[in-house]
Amino acid sequence: MLFFSTTCKGNRASFTKMVLMMSELTEENPGKQILLLGNEAITRGALEAGIDVATTYPGTPSSEIADTFSAIAREATRQNKDPGFYFQYSVNEKVALEVAAAASFCGLRALTCMKHVGLNVAADTFMTYMYVGCRGGHVIVSADDPYCHSSQNEQDNRYYALFGGAPMLEPTTPQEAKEMTRLGFEISEQLSLPLLLRTTTRLNHARGPITLQKLQPPRKKGYFKKDPLLVTVPATARAKHPMLLKHLEEAEKLSEKSPFNEVITIGKPQDVGIVTSGVSFTYVKEMAEELHLNVKILKLGMTHPIPRAMCEKFITSCSSLLMVEELEPFLENQFKQLAFDIGADVKIYGKSSGHFSRLYEYTPDIVAEAFSTIFKVKNPFPAPVQSTLKAPRRPPSLCAGCPHRATYYAVKKAASKDTIYPTDIGCYTLGKEPPIEVADVLLCMGSNAGMACGFSIATDQKIVSFMGDSTFFHAGIPPVINAVHHHHDVVITILDNRTTAMTGHQPHPGTPTDGMGKPAKLIKVEDVVKGCGIEHIEIVNPNNIKETTAGFKRALDFKGPAVVVSKSPCILLEVQRKRKAKEDIQVYQINQETCKRCKTCIGKFGCTAFYFAEDGSVHIDPAQCNGCGNCVQVCPFGAIAAEESP
Amino acid sequence: MKNKTSIVLTGVGGQGVITAANLLGKAAVNAKVGVFVSEIHGMAQRGGAVVCTVRMGDVSSPLMPSGTADVLLSMEPVEALRHICYVNKKTIIITDKNPIIPFTVAVGGEQYPKVEDIFKELSSHAKLHPLDALHIAKDAGAIITKNTVMLGALAASGILPFNPEVLLETILDDVPEKYREINKKAFEGGMKAIKKVIRTH
Repeated sequence: MLFFSTTCKGNRASFTKMVLMMSELTEENPGKQILLLGNEAITRGALEAGIDVATTYPGTPSSEIADTFSAIAREATRQNKDPGFYFQYSVNEKVALEVAAAASFCGLRALTCMKHVGLNVAADTFMTYMYVGCRGGHVIVSADDPYCHSSQNEQDNRYYALFGGAPMLEPTTPQEAKEMTRLGFEISEQLSLPLLLRTTTRLNHARGPITLQKLQPPRKKGYFKKDPLLVTVPATARAKHPMLLKHLEEAEKLSEKSPFNEVITIGKPQDVGIVTSGVSFTYVKEMAEELHLNVKILKLGMTHPIPRAMCEKFITSCSSLLMVEELEPFLENQFKQLAFDIGADVKIYGKSSGHFSRLYEYTPDIVAEAFSTIFKVKNPFPAPVQSTLKAPRRPPSLCAGCPHRATYYAVKKAASKDTIYPTDIGCYTLGKEPPIEVADVLLCMGSNAGMACGFSIATDQKIVSFMGDSTFFHAGIPPVINAVHHHHDVVITILDNRTTAMTGHQPHPGTPTDGMGKPAKLIKVEDVVKGCGIEHIEIVNPNNIKETTAGFKRALDFKGPAVVVSKSPCILLEVQRKRKAKEDIQVYQINQETCKRCKTCIGKFGCTAFYFAEDGSVHIDPAQCNGCGNCVQVCPFGAIAAEESP
Repeated sequence: MKNKTSIVLTGVGGQGVITAANLLGKAAVNAKVGVFVSEIHGMAQRGGAVVCTVRMGDVSSPLMPSGTADVLLSMEPVEALRHICYVNKKTIIITDKNPIIPFTVAVGGEQYPKVEDIFKELSSHAKLHPLDALHIAKDAGAIITKNTVMLGALAASGILPFNPEVLLETILDDVPEKYREINKKAFEGGMKAIKKVIRTH
């Protein structure tokens, strides 16, 4: 978090500097060391490069990059000042990339950050953007998520650099993330190509010391100079593709000279080499030292294009090479190709030799084990201790008082047992867990409603799909239009909690302020749905379970596409609001004499504030209860009531 | 493992595990000691298990090999058990003794072991120092200072490559003025509790 204390007065020219002095992350202080999260370091790097425009759609593990821009901008707005840059939570990643690309076309420096799957959404823009090229430096941050800590897949976005033709940097530490962002703008401008900064969770969410550098002043306003080559009609595209390849040749020359590509020696190496990139480097370096290896490490920071001459030289100096990179054999396959091309006599170990996996995150253990096998040295680390006791699982779950739980409870009362529940990306995906289990299939942002359309033609089962309000604006509107136009018999639910909850409560088009804390036009979900041509719309308050159930029943009875908008703010924001306003949070309790232990509250409603005592009696943990009171409606015996004030 | 200090911090989402890890990292920077911190965000919150690692000294990686933690600092008994893979016989386990029963016990038919059995298991693998951090935090003035109590206990273990005062100063610098006094009390309470436990061993 940022803490602002200084109040500023002064003209705009010097203002940027002053706003930026208000927190540790934004102070000038060249040479000072501070601890930053990888994501915060990226934002700092952009400030040191004089960022003009930053855009995003939030997504873990990328969110804190944009949230940091937003925090700075909101504080400036609060003080009626100009933060020096423009920031936007765009409606989705594609729009975010386009907003920033336009800024770049006017000569401004732009940054767009997103999670790995966000780049799929922006891919259409991304691919042709490389043909057109940029003017002001543009850094596109992709936050990949090996092990799917908070994602639906673990795709390796380095292939986007190869696919589209973007120069790419891969940082290993927060300090390097800051430097690569700062210098990324220069590289991008030098090559007239947007640059991909490819990060992974273990970098985004690692903290490390950062050495601050001078902040550059932003340009503020640019100018769009017209150029027919910006219009990618077929003839232009054909002219532009060879120009992209030319830019990539230039990029390779930069890669050969890049300080981010270097050879590091451990012990007294002879002809054994390791090639690595990203956070894997940190495990390689430490484990090579711990296992007393004699190796040289080619650490690649600029991984597209790879510095071919440097790599060839490294290959020919080795009799065996070990490739250590998380996920896909991106470098491994390129090195094999190089070795083949130059006819090198080298044995290449890595994924294809079975020493490393294409799955999940790497760890020091995985690297030490592979070193031990390949280099025939003892692994000094003991096998991990196993517990004879089993720890109960503690998965994330819908919060106590979450309005989604009430919506789900009502749906299950209204719908037949074999109803299909396509779901979507957000907190509400947690409805998959027992006892709620209202989540049957999930692909990506907005997929709930598209699949609902398909199910309606493929089966006679009823369909009720779910998406959040932010997801609706992001990718949920086209499938609603599709349902209307083709008259699909579906119920599409929009869980309207007025925030992007899962990623940290960012604003979206349905909120009255924007990411800079300025008033913004609030767009109502129901107005959009009506405009799309939906004729049956139910607007319900999920905290009234009876009415919500009736609303779903009517929607299910309607022949054709129906929409239920379930409106209730995220309970975490509600609790926050009450605390600020010094309102009491009414806690509920169970009358043990009236309670028949039917377990409806736990076994069907599934509120996480409920628990069994050792004697089997049911209780509500007052520390967890957020006071929604929905359990009162759920209990068939009227045993739950508000706790009397002492 | 020379000149390296590896700490695992665990607990439940909302207990201040990430804040505690961040403060340790800041203290290391203030003490001019090399440091990397790793944490888990996003879907991992919402009441789920949380684990952070803090590595200090001559380190390159934010993660450590299993069996190499110097300290396992846990805000909840079962979370210490869940991360037992990090310990060896010399590891100090400092854990709060107050369980938070996961919802899977009520709904999923899972079992929460008896706290005394958890402690027996933990002490068979490492040096266990349980404490009632919740109680100490309450005495200091606010339950939310439990993570400060735990940091006080960690500082008293003598494992940190800097003085306890550096950590305390870092914490006090970070909290708003009006919470400084209770955080100081909480930190000192945690220190005292561990010193007492270590003496009786």
